[in-house]
Amino acid sequence: MTSIPIEYYLILSAFMFSVGVTGVLIRRNAIVVFMSIELMLNSANLALVAFSSYLGNSTGQIFAFFVMTVAAAEAAVGLAIIIAIFRNKLTVNLDEINIFKW
Amino acid sequence: MMLNSSELMQIIPFLVLGTGIVISLLIEMYSSKSDAILPWLTIALLIYVAVHSINEVGSNDLLFGGMLAVGGKSSIFNFLFAVGGALVSLGAIDYIKKYGANFGEFYVLVQSSILGMMFMSGARDILVVFLGLELMSICFYVLVGINRKKINANEASMKYFLLGAFATGFIVYGVALVFGTAQTMRIGEILVNFSSLSGNILFMTGFILLIVGFAFKIAAFPFHMWVPDVYTGSSTAVTGLMSTGGKAAAFSVLLVLLGAVFTQEIENTFMPLFAGLAVLSMLYGSIVAIAQNNLKRMLAYSSISHAGYMLIGLAAGNLESVTGIMFYLVIYVFMNIGAFGIIAIIEGPNDDRVDLNSYAGLHQKNPVLALFMALFMLALAGLPPLAGFFGKYYVFIAAIESDLTWLAIVGVFSSVISVYFYLRVIVYMYFKESEVDFNVNISPTGLMTVVICGLLLIVYGLFPGSLLGLIASVVN
Repeated sequence: MTSIPIEYYLILSAFMFSVGVTGVLIRRNAIVVFMSIELMLNSANLALVAFSSYLGNSTGQIFAFFVMTVAAAEAAVGLAIIIAIFRNKLTVNLDEINIFKW
Repeated sequence: MMLNSSELMQIIPFLVLGTGIVISLLIEMYSSKSDAILPWLTIALLIYVAVHSINEVGSNDLLFGGMLAVGGKSSIFNFLFAVGGALVSLGAIDYIKKYGANFGEFYVLVQSSILGMMFMSGARDILVVFLGLELMSICFYVLVGINRKKINANEASMKYFLLGAFATGFIVYGVALVFGTAQTMRIGEILVNFSSLSGNILFMTGFILLIVGFAFKIAAFPFHMWVPDVYTGSSTAVTGLMSTGGKAAAFSVLLVLLGAVFTQEIENTFMPLFAGLAVLSMLYGSIVAIAQNNLKRMLAYSSISHAGYMLIGLAAGNLESVTGIMFYLVIYVFMNIGAFGIIAIIEGPNDDRVDLNSYAGLHQKNPVLALFMALFMLALAGLPPLAGFFGKYYVFIAAIESDLTWLAIVGVFSSVISVYFYLRVIVYMYFKESEVDFNVNISPTGLMTVVICGLLLIVYGLFPGSLLGLIASVVN
């Protein structure tokens, strides 16, 4: 049985990364923007694990674990920030969060 | 792998700070006097870290299988982070009560972010860079929004978080591409093979994504959008820490990532990129700062243009520029913490009194504060004989040595523009009548921060040789 070539994984991860970046740039709901950022991180994880298995070098998989841990910590802080702002403004629409001009 | 006793000695700053964080959390939970204990415990821990680091400056070792460097440049950076953190904590004691964020967590988060910065400056493996960076950034997201009742702080922390996590996404994807092509995460091994790898388009994409991520953290021009809002919305003490420690830590990583460029072992492929970022940051920061009426916002734009001056050093890419950038960073930390220290003293309880009009006639209200503010503004503008001048001078000299005279000329031009808005603060303080009537409540600890920063600027301005000699000796 032949394994799937590495290029397929890389193309998929590049596609996921682009979807994530596009999502951050065009969506206006803070939660959706945050989900897009998570998609970017996971696309990097996919590339890391694919490289790691292709090269037979486990460093990439270890790094992917650390990325997941850090993403969990970031999610905890990020969702707390979003809840704090929702309590004060009753909205998480980025266009309405505009005391300061961007 | 076991550490022997001399190696154990060298990681003591990390151990002390790490243990200190846990102990501080326990004190915050179980002691009713945590208000009085925590700030001074934080300052004591950070001063110990600073003293220990500067004593280790002569050594140069790699620990944990080559993942963490101690001694040399990272010692100087650790000293800088710890002193900066101690000064910010000292200035924050009275300020955060006024700001309504007198939580013990404040000091715990300050300590954790300093620990993250120390890992960044010592990292010789991309994994450690990433962990240090995230430890620092996540603490900053929380610190910015620490008063969750203030809507300004909420908004600032949300913007900082979303854009910071976005930059993290770029860094992680860059790491993935660099790992896949270089087959290692050791920065040293990547740099040894840099010339053969630099033909690989995937590797270069990954490396540039990494640089973009860090350009975000140092607040360079096209990645600066968060800076003015976050600096204005967060509490002034936190702004002081973010604008100095965060920037210095990101620069320390860039200096390591581009280490082989500075020793001329590899060609400076990124010169056009850094030169472009430098020119845009300097001019954009200086020009937009002119239009600002809010002092914190003005200093945010000035922080963008200072990032530009330091980027000149990266574009120059020789050993003089490493010395210049490090000297500049040391001076910049004291200038900015001092300036934000004064803003913290003047600021009212509801984020008010941060505009220029509140500084009108400050000379009559409090001559000492006005004098120190004038000192910091002149130092930031880079007027001799204050230390800020030498910071810029050494970076410009490095650029001229690398035949980038035009870049140095743009830098001088931008400094001339920036003199306008720095001097405007002085004109308001000394030559305008006060329009807003309020009493300046001087907090003794806040004043102490300001005085220490001011004296250091004068000393390093008159005698830059001692500090410069120390930095040059570790760089070579």
